[in-house]
Amino acid sequence: MSRQPAHPVALRDTRIVAGIAALAFVAVLIGGAFLGLVIESAGDFSGAAAAFDSYLFRVVRFTLWQAALSTALSVVSALFVARALSRHPVFFGRSFILQLFAIPLALPAIVAALGVLALYGRAGYFAGLLTTVGGENWPGVYGLSGILVAHVFFNLPLCVRLFLEALQTVPADQWRLASQLGMSTRPAFRFIEWPALRQALPGVAGLVFMLCITSFTIVLILGGGPRATTLEVAIYQALRFDFDPARAVALTLLQILLTFAVVALLSRLGANTAAESGLSVAPRRYLSIGRSETILNALLVMLALLFVGGPMMATIAAGLQSDLARLAGERAVHLAVATSAALALLSALLATILSVSLAMARRGLATERGRKNRGPLLEYLIDTGAGFVLVVPPIVIGAGWFLALRHVGSVFAIAPVMVVAVNAIMAMPFALRAIRPAYDAASERHERLCAQLGITGWARLRLIDWPVLRRPLATAFAFAMALSLGDLGVIALFGSDTLQTLPYLLLARMGSYRTADAAGLALLLGLVCFALILLADRLGKERSL
Amino acid sequence: MRKTMSALISALALAVATLPAAAKDKLTVYTYESFTAEWGPGPQVKKAFEAECDCEVDFVSVADGVALLNRVKLEGAATKADIVLGLDTNLTADAKASGLFVPHGTTPALDVPGGWNDDTFVPYDYGYFAVVYDTEKLKTAPASLKGLVEGDVSQKIAIQDPRTSTPGLGLLLWVRSVYGDKAPEAWAKLKNRVLTVTPGWSEAYSLFTKGEAPMVLSYTTSPAYHMIAEKTDRYQAASFSEGHYLQVEVAGVTTTGAKNPLSGKFVAFMTSPKFQDVVPETNWMFPAGKMDKPLDPAFETLVKPAKTLAFSPEEVAKNRKAWVDEWLTVMSK
Repeated sequence: MSRQPAHPVALRDTRIVAGIAALAFVAVLIGGAFLGLVIESAGDFSGAAAAFDSYLFRVVRFTLWQAALSTALSVVSALFVARALSRHPVFFGRSFILQLFAIPLALPAIVAALGVLALYGRAGYFAGLLTTVGGENWPGVYGLSGILVAHVFFNLPLCVRLFLEALQTVPADQWRLASQLGMSTRPAFRFIEWPALRQALPGVAGLVFMLCITSFTIVLILGGGPRATTLEVAIYQALRFDFDPARAVALTLLQILLTFAVVALLSRLGANTAAESGLSVAPRRYLSIGRSETILNALLVMLALLFVGGPMMATIAAGLQSDLARLAGERAVHLAVATSAALALLSALLATILSVSLAMARRGLATERGRKNRGPLLEYLIDTGAGFVLVVPPIVIGAGWFLALRHVGSVFAIAPVMVVAVNAIMAMPFALRAIRPAYDAASERHERLCAQLGITGWARLRLIDWPVLRRPLATAFAFAMALSLGDLGVIALFGSDTLQTLPYLLLARMGSYRTADAAGLALLLGLVCFALILLADRLGKERSL
Repeated sequence: MRKTMSALISALALAVATLPAAAKDKLTVYTYESFTAEWGPGPQVKKAFEAECDCEVDFVSVADGVALLNRVKLEGAATKADIVLGLDTNLTADAKASGLFVPHGTTPALDVPGGWNDDTFVPYDYGYFAVVYDTEKLKTAPASLKGLVEGDVSQKIAIQDPRTSTPGLGLLLWVRSVYGDKAPEAWAKLKNRVLTVTPGWSEAYSLFTKGEAPMVLSYTTSPAYHMIAEKTDRYQAASFSEGHYLQVEVAGVTTTGAKNPLSGKFVAFMTSPKFQDVVPETNWMFPAGKMDKPLDPAFETLVKPAKTLAFSPEEVAKNRKAWVDEWLTVMSK
């Protein structure tokens, strides 16, 4: 290897080394999980093959069925609500509604599931009303109905925001033209709104389908019994209920196949897997809207508002009714809060470090390109490495390691490491999105200067990058922490009475039907996550000013 | 950043500070949740044994008996458990095959139906599974398992999952011993009466006492609790004409526990009157050994099974997976 001054940063660029290290970490984590699965199935191949029974196919069928129904319900109702909102770009409370619709994304699934139960459950706020209306005792929302309600609660607001964004891409000229031509509601929908919506439809539907197919917590809590079980929940049960490794392997392989198939399909449809929508000010409209349509639209928006706001209100109301003072004094709660805080902080730190390394390496490689031919494969790996994480659900990674580690020692002893690592890489794609644009922009400005002055490594990080990256790093950190705090996937597998996080404790309290305790804990967890997301959002916005 | 770091360090310090300090000799007992509950036998047993051994008893609890075995199998030889308490005769053959348990080497004076000659597991209590019902919600209780299977589907029952719970497994075996190969058909009918399948006994029973289900799968001895502790006859066990399935609950010493001298002491203590006195009115089962005090007369008023049903541990071990899978297939339809 020559050390020609013509390539001053090439191999000595610590950024690339850091990126490779981060990538290696992700690879080891995911690869190790796959290795665990392979070893397990190779050891007892007949067992894994025999696990493909009618139960398994029923689970797959239910997984697809509930995801399809959830998607259809969320997307179709969101089309109507988004259109209604776009027809009335200015009214009192509109921005409040849009902000409210952003909250479900920030709520941990377990909190939302509890909110749904507090409202529609057998002992929920609506049980009395529903019993009177239905004539017999309200059976509650366990099973498919509960799963659908919760999935729509999460995805309807997301779809509304994405569709609204699509509708706002319609140029004002078109509206002016429509107005000049005296277009009434129906042709305006057909020629102006529908084409915009139709374009966004496959992407939005695909995203929702993907989210529903990998939904774990909702199904675990609201599924209630073997009749309503998805693959992810079945993997968990095969490991923690039956302890049937062969079945766990079969289920995990199926889950991977399924998510890959769905993602492959989505990328053909051009799905927007970013799941983020910043709504700008709506353009001026030149359309006069009739009274009856206004009433209809108001009704639609009202219904959506009630549906989305209901479980949130129920969470708050039920939480306030619980014995918060006693909960606050309980040792188990203190322990869970401390454990959650420690694990979430570590995992957020790890997620941030990994993301920064990847962003830097990506940029370093991009500036290298043309001078060296080493780039393409590594660059491609870094680009896709983060996205790959989204395809392999945390339960699958957890299950693989669970199976591999049990040959080595106690899986419960390694639990904290697993929770931190898996939650960190789960948050990584989101953290990367906060960090990369900022780093790229900063690099654009400083790259040449640094090269000229020979500022590299630690000095560069401290003097040049840190001041610019501080805010986006904090955003990424807060977001990763919120995700990790609310996660139930990995801890459900690895948790035990020696390691309980807040969501795990919540699940345990629900399991023993101490619903009041669960409601109190849900309120606490929901508020903390909401505050973190709000913080992340605030920091992210100020940066761009 | 400095603030973040200090927050991180203090959180870590907190997490570390909560690790228990090693002081006295310790005996770790894995058991099920209702055993360690405030109202369960756990607290009294812990107190009584600690007074005798000058040691510390550490209970670790999981949802129910089958989950207990899964947990120990999962941890393998590295398990922290010295004693596993809460398996039943339906699981002993499976547990022995795991190679994780050692012979107890004692000959305790025991009195359980059908006698006792297992060299690895020692019984501490026994009972009969029964459908317990709320007399205020259900006027006529089913008089047979057939009556339960074919009865009014609007009257629900809360049952337990046989993959985690010994009562859940018990009902599975009960149905199997009455219906034989027709068991899946029976489950297909019974399924419509099942309100929910809970992972452990505690969850199902608390649903029942909260009034969410008029029936629950429990024991003939459960009404004794309501008679003695709550002075009410409201909850009764239904007597089934086909007979009732027997459960003998046992404990065993693990390979880890074989190295701990406290394990043997605990097994001896478990069959002694000090432990047995606690069993009937905390675990609400019949004692397996001699008691110092007489059994409360309420136990005399309970349903006496017309016939005792039980598979041998070997039969259960051979068929458990197939039968549970069969159940899962029917229940997931």
